[in-house]
Amino acid sequence: MISAILVMAGIGLVLGGILGWAGIRFRVQEDPLVDKIDAILPQTQCGQCGYPGCKPYAEAIAKGEADINKCPPGGEEGIKRLAELLGVDPKPLGEGLEPKPKSVAVIDENTCIGCTLCIQACPVDAIVGAAKQMHVIIADRCTGCELCLPPCPVDCIHMEVVKEDLGTWKWRYPIYPMKRVS
Amino acid sequence: MSRRLFHFHGGIHPEGHKAASSATPIRSMDLLPRYVVPLRQHIGTPARPVVAVGDRVLKGQVIGAAEGYVSTAVHAPTSGRVTAIEPRAVPHPSGLFDLAIAIETDGEDKAIDMQPLDWRNQDPSALRNRIREMGLAGLGGAVFPSYIKLNPGTPRGGASPIHTLILNGAECEPWITCDDRLMRERAMEILEGARIMGHMLGARSIIVGVEDNKPEALAALASALSQVAAGDIEVVAVPTLYPGGGGKQLAYTLTGKEVPAGGLSTDVGIQIFNVGTAYSLYRAVTLGEPLISRVVTATGHVAQPGNFEVRIGTPISDLIAAAGGALAGASGEIVGGPMMGFDLMDLAAPVTKAVNCLIVKSPALFPPKPEALPCIRCGACARVCPVELQPFEMYWFSRAKEFGKAQSYNLFDCIECGCCSYVCPSHIPLVDYYRFAKSEIWEREREKQAAEQARARHEFKTFRLEREKREKAEKFAKAAEASKAKAAVPADGEDPEAARKKAILEAALARAAKAKEEMAAAGIAPKNTDNLPARVEREISEIEARRAAMSEAQTATDPATDPPRAAP
Repeated sequence: MISAILVMAGIGLVLGGILGWAGIRFRVQEDPLVDKIDAILPQTQCGQCGYPGCKPYAEAIAKGEADINKCPPGGEEGIKRLAELLGVDPKPLGEGLEPKPKSVAVIDENTCIGCTLCIQACPVDAIVGAAKQMHVIIADRCTGCELCLPPCPVDCIHMEVVKEDLGTWKWRYPIYPMKRVS
Repeated sequence: MSRRLFHFHGGIHPEGHKAASSATPIRSMDLLPRYVVPLRQHIGTPARPVVAVGDRVLKGQVIGAAEGYVSTAVHAPTSGRVTAIEPRAVPHPSGLFDLAIAIETDGEDKAIDMQPLDWRNQDPSALRNRIREMGLAGLGGAVFPSYIKLNPGTPRGGASPIHTLILNGAECEPWITCDDRLMRERAMEILEGARIMGHMLGARSIIVGVEDNKPEALAALASALSQVAAGDIEVVAVPTLYPGGGGKQLAYTLTGKEVPAGGLSTDVGIQIFNVGTAYSLYRAVTLGEPLISRVVTATGHVAQPGNFEVRIGTPISDLIAAAGGALAGASGEIVGGPMMGFDLMDLAAPVTKAVNCLIVKSPALFPPKPEALPCIRCGACARVCPVELQPFEMYWFSRAKEFGKAQSYNLFDCIECGCCSYVCPSHIPLVDYYRFAKSEIWEREREKQAAEQARARHEFKTFRLEREKREKAEKFAKAAEASKAKAAVPADGEDPEAARKKAILEAALARAAKAKEEMAAAGIAPKNTDNLPARVEREISEIEARRAAMSEAQTATDPATDPPRAAP
């Protein structure tokens, strides 16, 4: 009787030890919540949420300090995905925030004086230029955050809506007449 | 023929309508006053224009050069002058304009010097470059640049990984007969093109697959084959069943090899080309003629339906005119076949490398689709799907915009053949949903990549700013330390050099003070005007006199040199 208990206890201890060791040795590093939220955010770094970039906003959401509806570039789709991730109800975009069509900034090359202020403001280094040299925006890298507009002393930057072309054209959601059955 | 054939899943038998256009030989078209050649005629990066407005071009001259890897060149269809390089109407379901080169014909149709070539002595790599320059892309409809498909990849066990080359002459879509006529009339050239392809790929066997509803084409190919006595080429009749001309379906029918999900036929050692591509490849390689024309079927509700040798860039309205014009009651045009084609938005759009057929619609030939009803999950779509998918599941998820779930039902293996929509008793436009879902998923993928890039660039910028700040702080700290060290040295009086100089200076001062004291004690005033020689005395008095004279003259002329000021 005692030997049986001892054997069972011994087996339990050995197996428990192995499990404990394996739990530490083969621990899967889970994506922290901040990274998961950051992956959903559109990375425009525009600051419309009131935080200085997507990562700080993601951190604020993770801490419960910020609401999930403060990101206009992410749109309803983004809010839906955040709600799904965090297990809360989706809600409409916050007050005063409105989604805009995807745009890129364009520098008027005749007016640009080469002051480099926009280069310093661009969060993704999408502006090329040097002091007293004309600046130009790499359209492919521009996130459309509009952060370069206010610092320009000669107002030579404007936003242009990205037009659909054959490379980016999408098939539309099918719309067709349905027969009324009853 | 002894080859064992396999039967792919599903498939349908839509009405053929092929006799309408297959009876008459391929006709050529008169030279038109102007052509519009789009730069995006193939899958991949559009060609880059290499001519300017006002330039004179010759027939076959490169006007758009291949840009990047997945790309190919475009050429002038005739000689003339470039009048515009601007967005123009193109045959595309969106109706959007795209960059094109407009050419005004000069009527001479003067061609560039074409360089014929004997392919037998050529390295496949050199041939591939030639094909890229010649602008070849798959003429079956997918227009993938041919030179890429003709690269067999790294050899496996000393042999090419491509063991079989299949020429696709199935032409399974209703109405279309351009490949049929091409095989009937130009079988020899097609077979020669196939042998060039076989040479480039290192393929051990070449199979030409033709649906058995084209006996004349099969006979023409067989007779051409007997003339060249090529043992490595086999012409095989396959059963008429839509979509038997789909690449993966034809490969399965002929070899029994199934392409894995998400894969290509090359994964199972098979490469497939359209017969039209083989014909154009023959002309490009052996004659040096770029891809500037193709055979197009113009059929449906027109006066004289048939097949035409059409120059790339011919406006579709001119093609319809060549087919005798649309008859009264025409209700639109389809580019491609009725199963997979799309409605044309603008008749000014030109024929491109992808356009194999143009059908003018009429309410009698294409009655409007009955109104749709809800899906009843009958499974008719799944029974005809040649890829063995579950179309109704993909429909539900696409409709609900649950793209991830639609994708998990292998949405991207769907070939959009339209069998499911064809048999759906509720008349639901199923394929429209799959196309919608696919392009939404692609868009999301693009957005995701853009976001990844933006994140990386933002993180790097943050890192760079911090690094610069740190470096600046370090530099300041260093400079401050250095100046502090400098200031500290004289206070300590440690510098031996400075001490030595100071000592010398002090000794000199002491000596001078001592001498002064001694002179004062002896009663000598420090004067240097005594005991001067007579010559020096005289000189001094002369200078004194001059000075006195000058000061006198100054006082005398002063009022004259200072004129009275004019009254304000």
